[in-house]
Amino acid sequence: MSIDYNQKIPNNVNLGENKTLQRALEHWQPEFINWWKDMGPDDSQSFDVYLRTAVSVDPGGWAHFDYVKMPDYRWGIFLNPAEEGRKVNFGAHKGEAAWQEVPGEYRSNLRRLIVTQGDTEPASVEQQRHLGLTCPSLYDMRNLFQVNVEEGRHLWAMVYLLHAYFGRDGREEAEALLERRSGDADNPRILGAFNESTPDWLSFFMFTYFTDRDGKYQLCSLAESGFDPLARTCKFMLTEEAHHMFVGESGVGRVIQRTCEVMNQLKTDDVAKIRAAGVIDLPTIQRYLNFHFSVTMDLFGADVSSNAATFYNTGLKGRYEETKQDDDHQLSDATYPVLEVGDGKILTIQAPYLNALNERLRDDYVRDAVSGIERWNKIIQKQGIPFTLAAPHKAFNRKIGPLSAAKISPAGKVLSEGEWTHHHKEWLPSVEDRAFVSSLMGRVDQPGKYANWIAPPARGINNQPIDFEYVRFN
Amino acid sequence: MSNATSTVTNLRQHLIDPEICIRCNTCEETCPVNAISHDSRNYVVDAAKCKFCYNCISPCPTGAIDNWRHVPADAAYPLADQLLWDTLPAQVALDEGQKVGAGDTATPLPDDVERIAAAATSGQGGVAPPPWSAAHPYINLYSIQKPAVATVSGNFRLTAEDASSDIRHIVLDFGNASFPVLEGQTIGVLAPGLDANGKPHHVRLYSVASPRDGERPRYNNLSLTVKRVCSDHDGAPVLGVASNFLCDLKKGDKVNIVGPYGTSFLMPNHPGSNLLMICTGTGSAPMRAMTERRRRKSSPKEDGKVMLFFGARTPAELPYFGPLTRLPKEFIDINLAFSRVAEQPRQYVQDLIRARSDEVVRLLRDDNTYLYLCGLKGMESGVDEAFADICKNHGLDWKTLHDELLRQGRYHIETY
Repeated sequence: MSIDYNQKIPNNVNLGENKTLQRALEHWQPEFINWWKDMGPDDSQSFDVYLRTAVSVDPGGWAHFDYVKMPDYRWGIFLNPAEEGRKVNFGAHKGEAAWQEVPGEYRSNLRRLIVTQGDTEPASVEQQRHLGLTCPSLYDMRNLFQVNVEEGRHLWAMVYLLHAYFGRDGREEAEALLERRSGDADNPRILGAFNESTPDWLSFFMFTYFTDRDGKYQLCSLAESGFDPLARTCKFMLTEEAHHMFVGESGVGRVIQRTCEVMNQLKTDDVAKIRAAGVIDLPTIQRYLNFHFSVTMDLFGADVSSNAATFYNTGLKGRYEETKQDDDHQLSDATYPVLEVGDGKILTIQAPYLNALNERLRDDYVRDAVSGIERWNKIIQKQGIPFTLAAPHKAFNRKIGPLSAAKISPAGKVLSEGEWTHHHKEWLPSVEDRAFVSSLMGRVDQPGKYANWIAPPARGINNQPIDFEYVRFN
Repeated sequence: MSNATSTVTNLRQHLIDPEICIRCNTCEETCPVNAISHDSRNYVVDAAKCKFCYNCISPCPTGAIDNWRHVPADAAYPLADQLLWDTLPAQVALDEGQKVGAGDTATPLPDDVERIAAAATSGQGGVAPPPWSAAHPYINLYSIQKPAVATVSGNFRLTAEDASSDIRHIVLDFGNASFPVLEGQTIGVLAPGLDANGKPHHVRLYSVASPRDGERPRYNNLSLTVKRVCSDHDGAPVLGVASNFLCDLKKGDKVNIVGPYGTSFLMPNHPGSNLLMICTGTGSAPMRAMTERRRRKSSPKEDGKVMLFFGARTPAELPYFGPLTRLPKEFIDINLAFSRVAEQPRQYVQDLIRARSDEVVRLLRDDNTYLYLCGLKGMESGVDEAFADICKNHGLDWKTLHDELLRQGRYHIETY
């Protein structure tokens, strides 16, 4: 399953044998490069970056490290190997052979799923395009660029599916993916969280921890799809996605580590003193966490959703670890608990399972996200500081679904409008918080040097030392 | 008389660092034998299941997966303990008495050996698995602290007296010490004395040039092919410490030897397996060992083809030139390339590979063919290009084939 790099578009799907598809993608390729030059990382196209490139999709070959200029990165089309005799594993078609072509009746739903997933990939590159200018180290700059080029590759993965299986509609959608812009008033990206700005590195780390993790869960459920090319594409994307979550988890962890070190040096928990020492106080980190957690909660969609039921029932999108679930994988009579506000309280009601699949995925996600927060808490405990970070209630600060109608505190208490207005600054980053964090951002570009507000990593990339020259400026 | 049961063997246990791990599940997804599992707290490796295939190492985004502890084989950390860890336990010093086991694969290799082995195999992206039918090697029987002492029983110059290089065939006798080796393995030589910084010299590795039953069968000996190093890679005059020490040895002298090492660059043993060997200079040592092994076996007809591409500056500088040319043509297909013969165009091994492309491709298409490349690092890219070209001309994809060969333990590179 090695990748043919001699082709204009590296791929392991025998693109050379399908001339029509090859031509269509070769036509899209320069438009992608133009988009990258326009909307990709600012002012960094000439840098030599120590990047990981997949040279094959098997375990030995997909992590090949070398210096690459980002516009020369070999974006391509890589699918996991096909699984012999794979079946549709859930929904009404359970037990049938997995589809190698798009079933006509599900065409528009499937296209919608692929476009929504595909739209997030260039969106995050756009959101992060200025961060290179304020990186806290070459190591972090390299990690940012790695995330960016791989988001670009994930766009390719989705565009391949659109071109290969959806004809003219697919090609038009592929063009539109390069035309929407994150945060653009007239032509925004599809999902809300992908129109928020990523103004500073704490936001970036929080985004990669929380929001890219939503990506992981969406990809995991699409990797269960009865449409085999989508499943195989998503499986390979997941291997790359792990790096993005690593950047987030270790990034926030290093910020916390550094803050705790300074708190111990100064023997203080006074926010003003901590900020004066040039590190980010723990309450601000908690507010950033609340914000990114809650924005990401909305990405899973409405709590009760007929679309979710349709996607599942028609075999297009499964649950997280579908095949490991011990039930009938059809869920027609089952129920699942969802939240509702009534009588000034949050109530749990039982909804038909099929309609509650968004909530189910959200719950899987929350478990995973919370365990990482616990690992951050271990860093704080190890430094002997009495402070605990916590995930807010999943109903906090929602903008989508029935819960968005109510004001709910991070602890899960239903609030009046007045109470919310009075307290929300304690829970979400204020303009002042953001201004303070921004004030710390400034490019550190000497090998082995790290900005004052973040600890160096525990180990380098690909076993390189932490003072390795991860980016060379030209 | 055997007291083998009292020997506790050690295990290099694979562990995941819970402090660095982000619980992304990539390793569990990748592991072909389901040795990796998790609970809500940690990802853990089952020592009883892990086969050391290393498939999980490069996909790990954090490096948490790349942790190892040397433990007595009967006291590996159980899963229940690993699931409760917040940090990895430190390496516990093993009881010295436990260290030297028969065929001990667990004691850490000396740093020098790890470093040299990593550099030598970098051309293939790290150590590849051995051929499936390779014999099981013994490794690391003798440490720097406890080397084996060998006695020199012969030291002959292989290159002509007027040749510019002094390459020697040195035979070491191990007396009553157990020192089992396989073709393709290396041993470490400890040169006496101290270096400029007052430290003992680094271990120098040499490929064994004799087959498993010894240079002289049924005597406990082996041979090395050693080139006297008089200049460094850039041509500046430098006297190689170990090579000059070895080349100057006289019959009866004693040498401290460590090892043996090498679990990958080994020959296949199944009937019908072909050897395709490419070497330059003293890179011929393992090829000689493998060729001799084949020659001495009672039924060579059972074996597949043996094809050798061997490069040197001139015939006078080609070690074992005389004996090689006397081997029967039906036993071995020899192709010699000389790059500095007066009034002849310079010829390199890759030129001959191209010239013999029909036969080479025939071998490459055979699942029973095993490739060995040993010698100067410089030849790697030339050989790779030659393979790519001849494959292309014959409708094969070298990249695909190359990856497959590596994965199946059928392509082995040792260059320096």
